[in-house]
Amino acid sequence: MASALRRLGSAAARRGLSTACEDTKKSLFQLPQAGGKSSNLCSAINQALHIALESDPRSYLFGEDVSFGGVFRCTTGLADRYGKSRVFNTPLCEQGIVGFGIGLAAMGNRAIAEIQFADYIFPAFDQIVNEASKFRYRSGNQFNCGGLTIRAPYGAVGHGGHYHSQSPEAFFCHVPGIKVVIPRSPRQAKGLLLSCIRDPNPVVFFEPKWLYRQAIEEVPEEDYMLPLSEAEVIREGSDITVVGWGAQLSIMEQACAGAEKEGISCELIDLKTLIPWDKETVEASVRKTGRLLISHEAPVTGGFGAEISASIVERCFLRLEAPVARICGLDTPFPLVFEPFYMPTKNKILDAIKATVNY
Amino acid sequence: MYTGMVTLQVLDTVFYEAQRQGRISFYVTTIGEEAINIASAAALTMDDLVFPQYREPGVLLWRGFTLQEFANQCFGNKADYGKGRQMPIHYGSNKLNYFTVSSTIATQLPPAVGAAYSLKMDKQDACAVTYFGDGGSSEGDFHAALNFAAVMEAPVIFICRNNGWAISTPTSDQFRSDGVAIRGQAYGVKSIRVDGNDALAMYNTVRAAREMAIGEQKPVLIEAMTYRVGHHSTSDDSTKYRPANEIEWWRMQKDPVNRLRKWIERNGWWSSEAESELRIDVRKQQEKLLRETIERHPRDYPEDVPL
Repeated sequence: MASALRRLGSAAARRGLSTACEDTKKSLFQLPQAGGKSSNLCSAINQALHIALESDPRSYLFGEDVSFGGVFRCTTGLADRYGKSRVFNTPLCEQGIVGFGIGLAAMGNRAIAEIQFADYIFPAFDQIVNEASKFRYRSGNQFNCGGLTIRAPYGAVGHGGHYHSQSPEAFFCHVPGIKVVIPRSPRQAKGLLLSCIRDPNPVVFFEPKWLYRQAIEEVPEEDYMLPLSEAEVIREGSDITVVGWGAQLSIMEQACAGAEKEGISCELIDLKTLIPWDKETVEASVRKTGRLLISHEAPVTGGFGAEISASIVERCFLRLEAPVARICGLDTPFPLVFEPFYMPTKNKILDAIKATVNY
Repeated sequence: MYTGMVTLQVLDTVFYEAQRQGRISFYVTTIGEEAINIASAAALTMDDLVFPQYREPGVLLWRGFTLQEFANQCFGNKADYGKGRQMPIHYGSNKLNYFTVSSTIATQLPPAVGAAYSLKMDKQDACAVTYFGDGGSSEGDFHAALNFAAVMEAPVIFICRNNGWAISTPTSDQFRSDGVAIRGQAYGVKSIRVDGNDALAMYNTVRAAREMAIGEQKPVLIEAMTYRVGHHSTSDDSTKYRPANEIEWWRMQKDPVNRLRKWIERNGWWSSEAESELRIDVRKQQEKLLRETIERHPRDYPEDVPL
């Protein structure tokens, strides 16, 4: 009797996932032409999950409270449609959720693990850093858990306080062996999430909870994927490059619009994938504009903006006309009533754009 | 089983001495736990997935990992499957269904449950088996894994090598529960305590556990009582925290290899001639192999250590 692993391994190889490192063909990564249904972020995520579970019978979705639809309703209808053995609640234990997911993925399955809030991902940090990210490397590619995708809502929501508002992406960006992806909108989220699920590496996917209901967009109804590690210039400009991700981009967009009224032309870039990040696109933009501003909700010290700043200075030192600006959360725990002061607001960004341009 | 246990002992001796001579950087012996290693492996099939801690090379040996393959990983040479990325004894073999060792304690337990769930969903006639020590049972991952295994009804066997020591920490400083078996019960997992130095008991227990795990699609916890006769690793001198006569007592009076030998000798299947022949044979083989490995990969060998 053939060994179970061998059988599973060949099945996985036919799917081209998890046992292989090669990238899916470029032609798959195309945003469908116009059209789609008006959807908010949580509905777009829900669509992506439906498609993921439909297209691969060996995919599983699990986490706390996902069965009834999840606390943000992102997983509605999935348990009914795909059954309780593929979509199920887990005990309240993040290290167990992620560890369990690693085991499932190691057997060639797609494991979509939900962490209820990014604020609660830390018990799973050991599993992510010491198991998931090193699974393939330490085994000399004999094993891998590439089928693992961890989803977690992150970021400010207006009233979340310390433990429902965190942006922990920087911790994960420091871990070679995983990818970190953050969508800015419903249409982006669906395509990016499907790419993450199908990517042959473990991925942490942070969903901006503020946008779950707030953001509404035309989302194509079909199966589509967006490429990882490709940043997108969503607004062209010539005076300053402005880089961000997730919910913060809509704030930055407002700041760019405000700057335009004052005659400053901003080039706005959505990084989308934080590791491995698209240095080339950002560098090309900074070579054009000579100025860089990065904005993120996470506290400024040690935030991912620091990595972008250092890398771009390395590459573009002589081109830069001004220091790289970072407009980020303050170095405090995320406060409740003081949230409006903590946040990198449109005005803070606008002031910094002007200061940088007038340096 | 017996030759397996003896081979493991000789392998341990040769590699331990190699480390002391500076040939490899690090080593972890399995002295005193040969029965747990070999007998549990013998009770499993090749389709069962093994998630080891780091004191279970005997399971890999039983499955067919060659002395050469062990040496390659310890030397971190070009032939190492792990590509020289990890310290010695961090073996892994996908063809033998033995997941690569990671130094972190008990982190292998939750993935073992996930893998077992996969076997269950694919309706495989196999289970996942995961090993850990008494120290590992204090880690959060132990609780996460047992609880998940019970709720998910995953066919996984948890084997705790309760060897009395977590480096220098005796079990009295590790927990105040009645050992580890009772914790399995608390999570709703069928648990059993067994004499880990009795190869036959170990074999039968794992055999029965496997039937239960696969037949009922439920987890099982086995607490195998034993003693860590060797030091924690080559970076440890256990006489600093436990009396030498305690170690000697366990080595001489309770050695699992001796115990099995006496039984097979009494049954007329073994003799002292066969014994010395086996030991000399394996030892010679190992030493020759080490020399050849070094000669074949001279650049993966420390420059300042004479052959």
